Amino acid sequence: MSLKPFTTLDAVAVPFLRPDVDTDTIMPSREMKHVSKTGLADGLFAGLRYRQMGGRDPNPDFVLNDPRYAGAEVLLGGANFGCGSSREHAVWGLAEYGFRAILAPSFNPIFYANCTRNGILPVVVSQEIIEAIALAVAAAPRQNLVHIDLQAQTLKGPGGTSASFPIAREVRDMLLYGLDMIGLTLQRREEIEAFRAADREKRPWAYL
Amino acid sequence: MAQSLFEKLWSHHAIADLGDGAALVLIDRIFLHERTGGIALTSLEEAARTPFAPRQAFCTMDHVVDTLPGRSDRTLMPTGTQFIQTTREAARKAGITVFDLGDERQGIVHVISPEQGIVLPGLTLVCPDSHTCTQGAFGALAWGIGSSEAEHGLATSTLRVVKPKAMRVNISGVLAPGVTAKDLALHILAKHSSMGARGHAVEYAGGAVRALDIEARMTLCNMATEFSAFTAMIAPDDAVFEYIKGRPFSPKGAAWDDAVTHWRTLRSDDDAIFDAEIGVDASEVSPMVTWGTNPQQAMPIDGRVPAFEAVSGQGQRASHDRALGYMDLAPGTALEGLKIDAAFIGSCTNSRIADLRRAARLLAGRKVAPGIKAICVPGSTAVKRQAEAEGLADIFRSAGFEWRESGCSMCFFAGGESFGYRERVVTSTNRNFESRQGPETRSHLASPETVAASAIAGCLADPRKLVRS
Repeated sequence: MSLKPFTTLDAVAVPFLRPDVDTDTIMPSREMKHVSKTGLADGLFAGLRYRQMGGRDPNPDFVLNDPRYAGAEVLLGGANFGCGSSREHAVWGLAEYGFRAILAPSFNPIFYANCTRNGILPVVVSQEIIEAIALAVAAAPRQNLVHIDLQAQTLKGPGGTSASFPIAREVRDMLLYGLDMIGLTLQRREEIEAFRAADREKRPWAYL
Repeated sequence: MAQSLFEKLWSHHAIADLGDGAALVLIDRIFLHERTGGIALTSLEEAARTPFAPRQAFCTMDHVVDTLPGRSDRTLMPTGTQFIQTTREAARKAGITVFDLGDERQGIVHVISPEQGIVLPGLTLVCPDSHTCTQGAFGALAWGIGSSEAEHGLATSTLRVVKPKAMRVNISGVLAPGVTAKDLALHILAKHSSMGARGHAVEYAGGAVRALDIEARMTLCNMATEFSAFTAMIAPDDAVFEYIKGRPFSPKGAAWDDAVTHWRTLRSDDDAIFDAEIGVDASEVSPMVTWGTNPQQAMPIDGRVPAFEAVSGQGQRASHDRALGYMDLAPGTALEGLKIDAAFIGSCTNSRIADLRRAARLLAGRKVAPGIKAICVPGSTAVKRQAEAEGLADIFRSAGFEWRESGCSMCFFAGGESFGYRERVVTSTNRNFESRQGPETRSHLASPETVAASAIAGCLADPRKLVRS
């Protein structure tokens, strides 16, 4: 399946700077109701977003319910973002809700990979810069947008903040062109089969 | 050039360099479960693709299945049946071996994979489950992935992976009596934080690791995901070979001998270089229990809930305060003696036969304190049968524990069965996140011994004192 390419983004950013946000918090297990990648946006951050467990009455204290951040496509996160369970439902929920990029000082590795396979750009950037962006954004969220250029691997925030960010070329290209990675790998079928044939001579016990 | 164990495993599986640190990596085994594997299979089918090597892929039912006696496809979780039946059907169509409900081989993926001889030293194994690192205890390169990567792995028998760095955790010294691999894992997290291994594949090495039995090694490796590691591994030795020999899917005859010859080379060379190394003294480890909502927030059982100032390098005051508020604890409160509502023994961390034997030793001839809900969920049907044959099940039941069918059970709350609102639970599981085990439940992670001792006492308790009495 091909994804929507990620080239540049100018978007409202919403701050949620708590460290160690786990995927149970992003997508509680009880909100994963069907064998599906869709229908998950409603359950996103359910434990914080709604007044009661299982209910849908918005909790006005949660930042996603603040109308000033409506339509946010960038999530400003804390360190170790997306730790815990490997559930890709957390990322499917974020994508369906409308997020296209997450800025955090560090990510859980499985969550990071899940983002990139679903068209969400994980941007590793320092805590200081994220805090500076969050501060500037809070003053006027709808005006003070965050600008991301994936090809250039640069980020510009309101209030003069800017940074470049690292991303492996493999991952960048996947996002940049919305590549179907399975299709791409299957183009190497002969190479994979040749490797397996040679490997089978060396490690016959590894093959069932 | 001298190579680390990780380098060896990586180089044996690197099919092609994809540039900028990424490689196309051969995947030897894929394990799925109904919670995150079903969607990988249905997605594969929708794309009109089939598994590249179906004989090397397996599926179990563990995450949302009931663990009450007499279970079926019907579940307490409102839509659990859909997960079970969709996964079963898709796995059948894909030609994958399923360890289904009612199958004597069923159980938690990371418990049954070694039981069946599916994980072996020197293999790559992936599963859409973060605790797949558990299986690194056998000297395999085993790591957790998402469902999309699982689909990629099924379709191609490969993954495109950005190579992690290599870290060695050298564990010297000897664990004191009553102190376990779980305590060691929590000690490492408390000392080096939940981000301590970020970006690294970890090798646990040293005399204290060698001294651990195989199941304890699995417990240690299990919590590498809580350490932010790409995965964890331990160099295989004779104890591993002995554990694996004769298992249903392990090599036989001449293939076995070839395999062992290969496996003996799977150790870090003496002068191997690591990107990072840390040292841990096992003799400093006490029985540990968590006080917060992150596994790094752990203390010795005889310790007190720390003030923010006492916890170095662990983030922000706001999150410390939030954790204490959630747990309804104040700095300075003694952990030992803290009243509990429930006790849980189970999960991929601590539900194997050795775990149940050690807990049963403390429970024998004793009773769970009045009013405490105590539950034991064996990690696999085979563990359950073994425990019943050894008389352990009778010990658990006589003590007042519920004795369940195998599965992940109440390690997490999927909308069905759970611990009660704001109940305080001492648990042998791996995550103490907010509402992880039920609505606003307060989870204290600990070893099975500490859970057993606490269940008897009705409060957090030091298992060493019970042994002495």
